[in-house]
Formats: sequence, C-alpha cells, structure tokens
Amino acid sequence: MKLHELSVAALGRGLREREFSSVEVTRAFLDRIAARNPALNAFITVTAGRALADAAAADARLARGEGRPLTGVPLAHKDIFCTDGILTTCGSRILGNFVAPYDATVVERLDAAGMVLLGKTNMDEFAMGSSNETSGYGPVRNPWDPGRVPGGSSGGSAAAVAAGLAPVATGTDTGGSIRQPAALTGLTGLKPTYGRVSRYGMIAFASSLDQGGVLAQSAVDAALVLAAMAGPDARDSTCIERPVPDYVAGLERPMRGLRIGIIREFFGPGLEPGTGAAVQAALGGFRTLGAELVEVSLPNLPLSVPTYYVVAPAEASSNLSRFDGVRFGHRCADPQDLRDLYERSRGEGFGAEVKRRIMTGTYVLSAGYYDAYYLKAQQVRSLINADFRRAFAAVDVLMGPTSPTPAFPLGAKVDDPITMYLNDIYTIGANLAGLPAISVPCGLVEGLPVGLQVIGPHFAEELLLAVAHAWQRETDWHQRRPPEPAGGTA
Amino acid sequence: MSGGWETVIGLEIHAQLATRAKIFSGAATAFGAPPNAQACLVDLGYPGVLPVLNGEAVRMAVRFGLAIGARIAPRSVFARKNYFYPDLPKGYQISQYELPIVSGGAVTIVLEDGSRKRIGVTRAHLEEDAGKSLHEGLGEWTGIDLNRAGTPLLEIVSEPELRSAREAIAYMKKIHTLVRYLGICDGNMQEGSFRCDANVSVRPVGASEFGTRCEIKNLNSFRFVDKAIQYEVGRQIELIEGGGRVVQETRLYDSDRGVTRPMRTKEEANDYRYFPDPDLLPLVLEPAFVESVRATLPELPDDKAARFVADHGLSEYDAGVLTASRELADYYEAVVAALGGEPKLAANWVMGDLAGLLNRDGLEISGAPVTAAGLAGLLGRIVDGTISGKIAKEVLEAMWSEGQGADAVIEARGLRQITDSTALEAVIAAVLAANPGQLAGYRAGKDKLFGFFVGQVMKATGGKANPAQVNELLKRLLAGP
Amino acid sequence: MTLTRRDVENIAHLARLRISEAELPAYANNLSRILGFVEQLAAADTAGVVPMAHPLEGEVQRLRADVVTETDRHERYQQNAPAVEAGLYLVPKVIE
Repeated sequence: MKLHELSVAALGRGLREREFSSVEVTRAFLDRIAARNPALNAFITVTAGRALADAAAADARLARGEGRPLTGVPLAHKDIFCTDGILTTCGSRILGNFVAPYDATVVERLDAAGMVLLGKTNMDEFAMGSSNETSGYGPVRNPWDPGRVPGGSSGGSAAAVAAGLAPVATGTDTGGSIRQPAALTGLTGLKPTYGRVSRYGMIAFASSLDQGGVLAQSAVDAALVLAAMAGPDARDSTCIERPVPDYVAGLERPMRGLRIGIIREFFGPGLEPGTGAAVQAALGGFRTLGAELVEVSLPNLPLSVPTYYVVAPAEASSNLSRFDGVRFGHRCADPQDLRDLYERSRGEGFGAEVKRRIMTGTYVLSAGYYDAYYLKAQQVRSLINADFRRAFAAVDVLMGPTSPTPAFPLGAKVDDPITMYLNDIYTIGANLAGLPAISVPCGLVEGLPVGLQVIGPHFAEELLLAVAHAWQRETDWHQRRPPEPAGGTA
Repeated sequence: MSGGWETVIGLEIHAQLATRAKIFSGAATAFGAPPNAQACLVDLGYPGVLPVLNGEAVRMAVRFGLAIGARIAPRSVFARKNYFYPDLPKGYQISQYELPIVSGGAVTIVLEDGSRKRIGVTRAHLEEDAGKSLHEGLGEWTGIDLNRAGTPLLEIVSEPELRSAREAIAYMKKIHTLVRYLGICDGNMQEGSFRCDANVSVRPVGASEFGTRCEIKNLNSFRFVDKAIQYEVGRQIELIEGGGRVVQETRLYDSDRGVTRPMRTKEEANDYRYFPDPDLLPLVLEPAFVESVRATLPELPDDKAARFVADHGLSEYDAGVLTASRELADYYEAVVAALGGEPKLAANWVMGDLAGLLNRDGLEISGAPVTAAGLAGLLGRIVDGTISGKIAKEVLEAMWSEGQGADAVIEARGLRQITDSTALEAVIAAVLAANPGQLAGYRAGKDKLFGFFVGQVMKATGGKANPAQVNELLKRLLAGP
Repeated sequence: MTLTRRDVENIAHLARLRISEAELPAYANNLSRILGFVEQLAAADTAGVVPMAHPLEGEVQRLRADVVTETDRHERYQQNAPAVEAGLYLVPKVIE
C-alpha cells in the first residue's frame, strides 16, 4: 500500500517501528495535496514548511523511542480551529487576513500528541451549510464525483481524508457537519457528546450545539484521535470535567444482546430509496451479529429542523457580532462613520447564507418575537430531548440513515435554503439533545457512499465506536476509496 | 421643588468589584495601564475564545446581597445583551437579566431632619464592564481602549423610591459606604469604580402613576448626581408646564454647562435581544457557600453606628459620621481603645480637628500622619491635665507636620500646664497688683470682671495655666486677704 | 410570516449588515420562507414545558480562581487590527 492509503493506526505503528519516517509520510501527503487539491479545493491553507519541520521533530522523538500512537502522523484541521501563527478563515472572507494568535485546545492537544499539521481545510462559511458551497474560498468537490458536493460544513476535511490528502481530519458538527460529509464521502465521522471536546479556539457558530470531532477512515482511527483531543478544559465552561476512557481499548465488544432502536421517523417519504435500502441492509447485518432490533418512535423529532433553524441562527446572530471591522478581520475602505464601518465591513465580509442566518437570528430574538420563536423553539428542544431520553430508557443505541440522499450535484440546492436545510433532518436531533453520534459507511448507491448513523446516550462514545468497529470488522465499505482521476497521481 | 410636582428617582449604581482578575478572563483589572495592555483575547472578543466565571466576583456579589438583607438566588443565569458599540468588543455584554444573583434587599438612609427612610433595592446583578472610547487628539478618529472591558460590575438597581436629589445622594453615599465596608469595591469615583445612571421623572403630587422618565447616564460624582437630577427635574417640570411632553430617552450630563442633553448614540430605540448565554452554565449557589460568605461579613455600618450610640453614648449624628467609612470607624475605635475610654472626647477630636487637617491636606484617614495611638497619646494629656484642650490643638498640628509624639512636642515646646500652686499664686498676685482699679471694681461687686482676671493670668502664662486651677485660686485671692 | 422590504431593512440595520437595494427582494423572499418554515413549531403543544437553553441538564457553572494569568500582548493582538494608533483601536469619530 502507498503511504497515503494507510490508516492512522497503521501510520503510527509503521512510524514507531521505523518502517518509514514522519518526513516521508508528510511529504507523501503534501505531494498528494499538491496534485489533487487544485481540483478538489479541500484545503484553504497548506502549511508545508511547518509540517516538514514538525515531522522532523517527530522523527527525532521516534528515534529516541519516545513515540506514542499518534507521533509523526499527519492531520488536517478544519479552518474553524484557531491555529497560532496560521491563517484561520472559518471559510469566510471576513477573516481573509486573520492570523490567529493562539491555538485552539483541540489543536494544542493533537500537537502535543505529536501529530503533524498539513493544513487547514475548506468549509462552509462559519460552518453554515450542508454542501460546502457557502465557503468564501470556493466549493469543495466530492472525490467520488467531482460534479457533486462533499457535504458540509466539514466538506474540506471530508474530501481531504476521502481522497487521501490527509489520513484524518478534525471537523465540527452543529447540525450534522461531521456526520453528513462523512456519509457523503465514505468516511467514519464522529460527533462527540456536547461538552466532551473543548470548544476553546473553535470559532463559534451556535454555541449550545457546536461540537468538535473527527473524520476518519475507520472507527479505530476515530478512537485514536478522539482520545487525544477530548477531555476537560478549564478555558471552556461547557466542557465537562469527566475523565476520558481508553476508546481504543473499548473497541472490541460483542454485539450480541445490544438493543438497537430503529427510529421510525427516519424512514419516511424524504428518504431516497437506495439510501434506505443500504441502511436497512446494515440493520440486518447487526441482527446477524446478535443485536436486538426494535422500532422506536420519537414523535417530536420531525420538529428538529425548524427548532434548529431558530436556535442556531439566534446564537449565531450574537456570536458573529464581534466581526465588526475594528479589532480583526475585514474592514471596508474609507468608512464614513461608525454605522458605515459596521454595515459595510459586515455586508462585504459575510456571504449570503451567513447574512440570512444572522438576520433570521436577529429577528427571532427581537422584541415581540422572542416568545413565539426563540422561547418556543427552546421548549420544543425540551420535547425532543425528552423523546431521546425515553428512547434510551429502552435501547442502547439508535440507528437510522445519516443523510436522506447520497451526494447531490453542485448547485442543485444552493438557491433554496429550505431544501438545503432539510439535508440535516436526521442529524440535527443529536445536536439539540447534545448526544454523541457517528456515521459509518454502509453501502454505495450508484457509486456514491451511504452512511449509517448511530446515536448514543450522553458520553457513550465508547459504545458508538465499538458498534462502528464491530460493523467495520464484518464489512469493507469503509475501505472503499473513490476512483483516482485519469492522468495519474502522486 | 416647585409647587405641585413630585420627583421620582431610581438609581442604577455600577460598582466595579475589586477582584484582581476580570470577571470572565485572567487579565488584570488594575487602573491606569497603557491602552489595551490589559485586554486579553477574551476581553477583545477574539474568535473562538470563551468566558469562565471568576469565583471572587460571585462571592463579592453575595456579600453585598447578604449585607442588604436580600435574597441570594440559588440559581442565576447569565444572558447576552446585544448591541453594537466600539467599546463593546463582542457586540454583546454578558449580564444577568431574568435571574439575577441578588434580589429584594433594602438600605436605610437618614435625611437632614434626622428621619429615616427605607429604600428598596430591586436587584443587583453581575455583568462585565465595557471599554473606553477616547475622543481627543486622534483627529477624525475615536480610539478604543479595552483595558476596562471585562472588569466585573455589580449593577445595583434601586426601587423608584427616591423623591429628591438629596435622597438620591444619601442613598448613593449609603451604598458607597457599604461596598467599601464589604471590601468589594474601592469606591474610587474619579477612576469610574463607582458610578450611576439616574432614572428621573416627575408627576403631580398625589398622582399614583409614574411620569415618563429619562435616564441620565454615567454620573461619576455625588455633585454631578445632585446637579444633573436638579437640572433634569427642572427641565421636565418646565416642559410639562409649558404644555410639552417628556420623551423617554437616554441623556448625558454636561458638567461644563450644567445641563443634560439627549445622548446621540442612543437616539434610536434599542432592541437588546437578551437571551441566555450558551457559553456559560447556570450559576448554582449551595446554601453552604452562601453561609461561608456570611461568616466573613464585617460589622456593617448601621450596626456599628447603633453600637456607638448604645455603648459609647454618642449622638446618632456623630455615630453616622464616624461610620461613614470603615477606616474612619476603625480609627476612632482604636483611639478609644488606646485611651481606655473617653469616647466623646475621641469622637470630637476625630470628627473635628483631625478631620479638618485631613481635609486641609486632601488626605484619606488611611494616610493621616498621626496614628490612632498618637492621637490617643495626645488626648491622654488632656485627660490627665498636662495640657489644655486649646494647647492640644497646637500640639496636634505639630505632631501632624513634624511626625513626633504628643509628649515630645509638649516637652520640646514647653507646653506643659503650670499646675504648681505657688507659681500660679505669684502670677495672680502680680496681675492683681498691676490692675488695682479692676480689683477695686470687682470687690465692689462687679462680678463680670472675673473673666478679665482669668484672661490676664492666661496671657501671663502663655496659655499654659490649668484653667480650673486658675479659677479656684483667683476666686480665693480676689476675695481679699 | 411575510417580511416586507422595510422589515428586512430594519432587521439588517439591527444586525449592522449593508444589504443593497437590488438584494432586498431576494432576502425578503428567503427570510419569509425560512420564518414560514419554522412557524410549524407553533403547532407543538408546549404548555408547561421548561425551555431548554443548554444540552447538558444539571451541569452548573464552574468558578475560576481570582488570579491574573494574562500578560500584555497587545502588540501581537493588534497585528490583526485594521487601524491602530498609540495602542488604541481606531473607529470613525463617535459623538456620544
């Protein structure tokens, strides 16, 4: 196998056993990026020089026998994570010149684990999107079909890992932004429990929903990286003080007796038949492994999309007020007065979808509308949460599709916000309730990957990874790779 | 107050809490640093950073709540108040809205006629201060210094129960005294550590509805509060009597011109879009926490004043003056302790000569060159008859400027009273001999001339004669051989 | 809910966003559709339901020690600032 085809686990092992060096591995991925990124647009920034220097330092540690599981293994960060001294755009033109003066906790921890940063990946602007088409730096192409989207908002991370430009990448998930692109590109994407991974240094979209996680080639890789990035952080009040289990050690677990709840509401008319069939087949696979399948109903779950499109824009409208052209970021030319400075800097710096969400959020919080929209949505959020709690009293995990359809063509939904929003119909519930959820590849429909979603109770990452791993021991969907373009590769 | 109108005032006092670090960040709160030197990433509202609450700010708010007999919320919530302004880096202020940490307390103010009035405190909530805008010397620009951004504030909101500028001042002074007693605010008004917004309205006497109010922002001295309210009340009455209508608005006090005027940046109606801050979790205070704070409360000014009246026999007025600051009360009590009693003498000297010297030199009690022990030493010499009260004033001035103890000054200047009867008798004999006419007059029944002889004896002894002794000897010697 | 151009102008101003005349109709249309979409929430029976502001029920705010941990780094931080003079961030003159 070529270096860029190896998993994180295999790279870590090979590095520690000195089969290859981190510099060799890093160079291989940088070569892949140079060759493929112009077509995919998965990276906004490539940090080649720094990556090679970090790789050399990792090699020195490995030579001294100080290697740990991730030492010298490259990765890519979604450009939502602040990286000290490196351009951090959050997919927005308003941060087109923003060099973060500090590292996000996630960045700091994966750095401390010895990982080598290849660069920052493209994303929907401020993580607002499900197709990567709202990026201020151009859309990302799906490696499985360059005419299609990779999903979003962590589309750059997804495309980079799927195409072998990085062995693993971080992402963030506010309404499905890790799981949906993972599903659309054939990856394993884990959104942890809200509060499991620090949000410090992760540029906020909707603070009560945002959660950092990982897009990987397998449950094993996701477990390795999550173990290094999760855990308490004194700089984030919402990050829970709870020890991090050994996710890798917890992977081997029999599925016999596992109670799986099939979410009835996830198999309605909006589900594309091929996707539904692939998911049903996967559910059958778990039955074969000895799991018990029961249908469960979460009656309020269909309201998750409208609930989300009140709560998330409300929080976003406030979170994005700091981009005002005063202390950082884009500032309009020749502001006439303060109002002009604000309105033009923000008007020029933000894209259309971000503006729509800021205005939606501003509206639902404004005097006279707060109760009817914002408060109501918080109440429905309570109902949805209660539905999940009831379900988990009866089952260990919930399953269903991650996305209603496989990857759709670029431009297909870009003009219609509602249709675009409905892409996240199966993923948003977990964000509203703060639950961990994982998407694992479970089939191909007309050459495009399909994802199975597994949702667990709070802090059940270990169980979700074990379920995903059990599935991946029986199947090879996660090892399928998109076709290489004609004309050779690096 | 012109006839027929009643003034209604509510104050929102902003007290900067005296923490070392800011309310949501680890940056220093010290005053006077170079611009933006104490503005860290959290204070600057940088992308990605998050607030974590300073526990000391919480303890200080609880101290205040307990001191005014308020309810301490077992669960309070931080909310975002959204508006755009350059000194507000995030575009929102983290404050408390629906569920404040402190609610429903009261303080008692004493009015000039000696009557007392209870003023309700609706609520007190924690919030972060904004930065400062500097308008001078930057041409067409305004400069923003965010050092103050994130400094913890306790916003103390009174009920609209104040009926005059004087009541407002008395209330504000009361809170000022209290926060300094509690050690939660340095009370420095020049540096903006203690300031207020005044909500002012007028209504016909006897009316039950409130009139339309105006909010006067950012008053940072007692004098400005007084002047601004008086001006605003006059303006509103004049407006209404002239057939106009008060418009609810935010105004600024222009201290140069002594007027209030509408604040331009607040001309448009604000819609603050408050909602719970998702970056912070509910603040839950267990009863044990509240009790641990209660255990550290100092004796409060009202209790201290009551004790001074009951145990020291001071008047209520004197007790009020002495307890206006914790330092002054401590000083007074230290004098009494060192003196072993004589509280009235101590009170008179602390409030009189000592206060006069402090005032003359622009000093706080903590900076007085004469310590409580030093003053007690001086008063002891009055009590034991070494010097008279009048000479003691001279001794205090010398102690003040020379830094010496009372005894050293008395010795060096030879100010010890003449208490030797033989010596005094000789002086008196000489005075009588020198004034035969007055002597004859006195003996003929002109009793009023007694004072003349006292004056002559004091003059001859340079004021050092013991006045009681002079009286006694004079009476005997004037009566004749 | 159908928003007029004027509504959109007001919201845009509250959010400090410059929206051009030409863009107004599209925003009015899209925002009206989004608000129309979320209005299905009105049908949910939420009588007596406690609003959920946060996904982690029962978790409470942590308190930090009152310790100064930050040093003066304003020169570094101001490298990102569009206009600075004498350590101050500059904005067009504000008249209070």
